[in-house]
Amino acid sequence: MIEIRDVTKRYDGTTVLDRVSLTIEPGGVTSVIGPNGAGKSTLLSIVSRLAPADGGTVTVDGLDVAATPGEVLARRLAVLRQENHMPVRLTVRELVAFGRFPHSGGRLTPADLALVDEAIAYFELEPLADRHLDQLSGGQRQRAYVAMVLCQDTDYVLLDEPLNNLDMRHAVQMMRRVRRMADDYGKTVVLVMHDINFASCHSDTIIAMKDGAVAAQGPTARMMTPEVLGPVYGLDIDVHELGGSRIGVYFS
Amino acid sequence: MNLTNMLNAPKAGIRTPEAVRRERRVLLVLAGLAVAAVAGFCFIGLVGNWEYALGIRTRKVAAMVVVGTAIAVSSVLFQTVTGNLILTPGIMGFDQLFVLVQTLIVFLFGALALTSADPRLLFAGQVAAMVLFAGGLYRSLFGRDRKDLFVLVLAGIVFGTLFGSLSSLAARLINPNDFVVLQDSLFAGFNQVDPSLLGLSAVVVAATAVWTARLSSRLDVVALGRDYALNLGVGHASVVNQALVVVAVLVSVATALVGPLTFLGLLAANLARQLTGAFRHGLLLPAAALLSVVVLAGGQTLLERVFGMNTALSVIINFAGGAYFIALLIRETRR
Repeated sequence: MIEIRDVTKRYDGTTVLDRVSLTIEPGGVTSVIGPNGAGKSTLLSIVSRLAPADGGTVTVDGLDVAATPGEVLARRLAVLRQENHMPVRLTVRELVAFGRFPHSGGRLTPADLALVDEAIAYFELEPLADRHLDQLSGGQRQRAYVAMVLCQDTDYVLLDEPLNNLDMRHAVQMMRRVRRMADDYGKTVVLVMHDINFASCHSDTIIAMKDGAVAAQGPTARMMTPEVLGPVYGLDIDVHELGGSRIGVYFS
Repeated sequence: MNLTNMLNAPKAGIRTPEAVRRERRVLLVLAGLAVAAVAGFCFIGLVGNWEYALGIRTRKVAAMVVVGTAIAVSSVLFQTVTGNLILTPGIMGFDQLFVLVQTLIVFLFGALALTSADPRLLFAGQVAAMVLFAGGLYRSLFGRDRKDLFVLVLAGIVFGTLFGSLSSLAARLINPNDFVVLQDSLFAGFNQVDPSLLGLSAVVVAATAVWTARLSSRLDVVALGRDYALNLGVGHASVVNQALVVVAVLVSVATALVGPLTFLGLLAANLARQLTGAFRHGLLLPAAALLSVVVLAGGQTLLERVFGMNTALSVIINFAGGAYFIALLIRETRR
């Protein structure tokens, strides 16, 4: 369980997160939605201890993320930010193998190697495994990064806009895989999402944020309504039941 | 199980056999070239009172190995912790900073401090000052966010010039006798290496090399960038701090022995990356150190013994290194 208590974050006097409190139950897929500047990515950074909070606490299974040693937390929680600048020239397999670092340091055991292969196969990266990241398309690269996070084999997986740069087909495949990571591996997946309809089709719970605060939180069906979504985005959003999913229509 | 299998076994699954073969071949060739360069420098054209000449040459070549290793290791580390493969301590003005520290010591305490104090004590003081200055300055410069490359290059040039100008200002203010002593210590080269410092420097470089080797797998992770390092449970700030201290110490050692060699680090570090195609520090660091020794000892041998020229090698290194630096900059902007 991830518990966020009164988390506050300011940048140069502007309050980005204002005493946010949330509980994310273990298991399933949770999507964090909201307009630009709502504080979604900042919240994810603080939960994953990439950024310090100015106030409040975050605990993951009772471990305070600000105080727990990095290597302990790295075996519980994995995070992938949206900007994936990579200063080092790596092959896909080398990147994915880094996911084992919290478990085995620099020395990979045969068990680690098996997990690396499994993650590569899970994301259908076998033909690309020995290619360098800079030789891949944006979508392939994104898959490689998520494969690294899967390879880290943590109970909690946090992904900041995993659909960035992906076309429709790859976006759907990515969401299905994320869904299966929760279903097959029992992971708790938290996503920051821009597309409310992808969030609707693949998540169990939705958290809507606006202006540095939580606007609403609940099961997907209860969140995907014009009454909830309209005020969050400041937009009239019709919600229709299509093929068993609730789809928001806001394009015209 | 034989040694080759043991070396290969744990990593065979991650890298392709071709990559493994290539890395080992590059390392072997570089080691061979380094040995050849060192031997060539010592023995080619050895005539007359060879015992005397060999003694001098051995001391020179020992200084080259120490300085070459120090510059190569400090450059690779600096590139790793700053996430920037174009900049090195030399380009960012580290060695100019050392010159400034040395000048300020003479300015404040007189040349007597430079000549009469125990050179080892003096050296320790200079290194401590370097660690403080360089640590503070470059931590704030590279901070947390990725900075524009050109801003950093510009900052490096400005800092280098600033430190250089401050040194010459201080040098003008001190009395002429002190100045001569100072100049003597600043314009050291491989020909005037202080034997008392050489032994100490060798010990310091060896100790930092061991320290760096222990950091090496964490450095691999830090090279990915701060967010990845934190995600993988590596104390990014701690590794960066340790690496910057090592860099400051090594630059001090190299500069104290032979003076600034601005572009050698860039050549060694980037050629090592290109030749090995590797990112692991366990391979990059020895490759860069070997390359650096090859350039120094091999270059000096060619220059002195083969072409019979009396030009300082640093002129040629800075010319080739400067051209390489510009080529890297152009390539980086085209990306």
